[in-house]
Amino acid sequence: MAVGIDLGKPTSQHLLEVRDLTTRFYTEDGVVHAVNGISYTLDEGETLGVVGESGCGKSVHALSMMRLIPIPPGKIEKGEVIFKGRDLLKLSEEEMRHIRGAEIAMIFQDPMTSLNPVLTIGFQITESLQLHQGMDKAQSRERALELLDMVGIPEAALRLDDYPHQFSGGMRQRAMIAMGLSCNPSILIADEPTTALDVTIQAQIVDLVKRLQDKLGMTVIWITHDLGVVAGMADRVNVMYAGSIIETGPVKYIYGDPHHPYTLGLLGSLPNPEGSMGVRLYSIPGEPPDLVGMPKGCPFAPRCTFKVERCLHEMPMLEEIEPGHLAACWEKDRVRRV
Amino acid sequence: MTNETKQTLVIDEEQFLPRREMSNLERWLGTDTYRALRGMVTNPTSIVGLVLLGLFLFIALAAPILAPPISSNPYQIPRDGYGSVPKPPGTLWNSRQPELPFWWKPIMGTDQWVHIMGTASGQWDIYYGVVWGTRTALQVGLLITFVGAAVGITIGAVSAYYGGWLDMVLMRITDIFMAFPFMLAAMTLSAVLTPVLGKGLFPPMIALMAFGWTGFARLLRSDILSVREREYVLAAQVIGVKDARILFRHILPNAIFPTLVLGSMRIGSYVITFAGLSFLGIGAEVGYADWGQLLSFARAWMTNLGEYWYIVIFPGVALVLFTLSWNLVGDALRDVLDPRMQGSR
Repeated sequence: MAVGIDLGKPTSQHLLEVRDLTTRFYTEDGVVHAVNGISYTLDEGETLGVVGESGCGKSVHALSMMRLIPIPPGKIEKGEVIFKGRDLLKLSEEEMRHIRGAEIAMIFQDPMTSLNPVLTIGFQITESLQLHQGMDKAQSRERALELLDMVGIPEAALRLDDYPHQFSGGMRQRAMIAMGLSCNPSILIADEPTTALDVTIQAQIVDLVKRLQDKLGMTVIWITHDLGVVAGMADRVNVMYAGSIIETGPVKYIYGDPHHPYTLGLLGSLPNPEGSMGVRLYSIPGEPPDLVGMPKGCPFAPRCTFKVERCLHEMPMLEEIEPGHLAACWEKDRVRRV
Repeated sequence: MTNETKQTLVIDEEQFLPRREMSNLERWLGTDTYRALRGMVTNPTSIVGLVLLGLFLFIALAAPILAPPISSNPYQIPRDGYGSVPKPPGTLWNSRQPELPFWWKPIMGTDQWVHIMGTASGQWDIYYGVVWGTRTALQVGLLITFVGAAVGITIGAVSAYYGGWLDMVLMRITDIFMAFPFMLAAMTLSAVLTPVLGKGLFPPMIALMAFGWTGFARLLRSDILSVREREYVLAAQVIGVKDARILFRHILPNAIFPTLVLGSMRIGSYVITFAGLSFLGIGAEVGYADWGQLLSFARAWMTNLGEYWYIVIFPGVALVLFTLSWNLVGDALRDVLDPRMQGSR
């Protein structure tokens, strides 16, 4: 502890800057290294795609930023999350509550379970308005109507007093988005918001978020395992594996010129409409590592077709390939899309 | 802008969803309450339960008309002499005949009040005991359940919500209370309390409350623990709702239904237990209108129940039907309120 010395507030010219965020869960089976020192920045109006397999730390990293991981067993070991010049990890619980919903909003994967079944849609949307904007009942209802209208729910006035079970899946996700947007947040974190929906509705929701983003000028963090969704909407992509960002860059580099074998594998597993018929889709061999007993070297090494001796002993760091495009791989120069 | 947004965003799916017509009553009560109420009045089980319950409520409310009090304390069962041999239903009153209520003559056709359900040994009038005992049963059942549930809900909610060592301590205390055999513990405690509080309804009631809350605490705690992990709780945290509000507005309404059902079923069983204590002589003074007390009058005549059946049958049937009615209502409540049975139109 530096006694008497003002170290100054952490500053950042970016809207959001994540520095070395590390989250662990202390379970009976051992220490789960869920998020291992990830860093990135995000500017206003930008869309960041976070992709990776299930259990790679995508959601935990978002919940860590919101300080909503269960403590214990979870613990944010170190790092800084600087949002508008303030480190969210150092705020009091009370200050943090005013960030959540008002400044940073989040929508979840399954609209079937993320709306409270015993409260009306109207109640759930107005709650945040009354909480953060000090609106009274009538004002917040008015605003809730506008919001439902904005996300494309027909006859919003009649629907406000409906319960979630009276809504279809797509409508629930729209209502969730309305909840998320109610206080005009600067950042919307969308945690796989389309995974539980069928494909046509997925497209509608993606379209809706893009449209609203243009209209409201929000920053969006879109967490997904679906590279196809991200390709269409993100500016930049963070590819995560075993709790680390293993490749990051503008979306065109990630898709056009990936330099990490894992990214390459993910792209290879996408169906290609122009590809020849009858060719089996590529699947990455093996399984993601157990986050309890992490291998010493590169976490992807056991599944990697490019691996060399060094990968098993030394963990590669993110290194620049071209401006803004970084990959963590010892053999990144050999990795090429064919 | 909005016009344009509307046109492009309102697409297929929603428009083809049938809109269900809602009655005014449903609008006013809210869909869930309406559904629950409709379930309660259409489910045969619950109709039987509700009718029985209505009957008991009617008897309790109309007690002064059904059995006009003779002494200043209406809960005191009137006795017709002091003879030890019970008299069968229909026997005329010898002394201190109660005032005839208005319904007596048109229905019975006489001016003479009889022992409608006979008398127990000591000439206690069974009819008075059954009618005024209904009031006792309702008071005792509701009060014990209400206090027990309130204590249990508080402990269960606090325990589940704060977790950690507090949860540990509270649940171990609950375990200790649960480790005693319920009846025996209640008996012992009321026996201890009787010299302090005097003979009456309170010692056994307090004893039943003291050992009756554990089920509520356990049940609610486990339900809160499971609801707490649902995504909508996280969704509420994400919009910055305060913890206490999350517990009361978001979690509790989702977790409380099983506890309510338990409460409804417990009313009947507490009355049974209370009657059991009464039967054993713990509880109200001799002659207080209480079904257990009436049953205890039959103790000495157990060997000739063929002859003196009425001492057991009338209060016994009342007790069984009372418990049955609460159980049926509780059962129906569970069917109606179970969230797993909701969600479909």
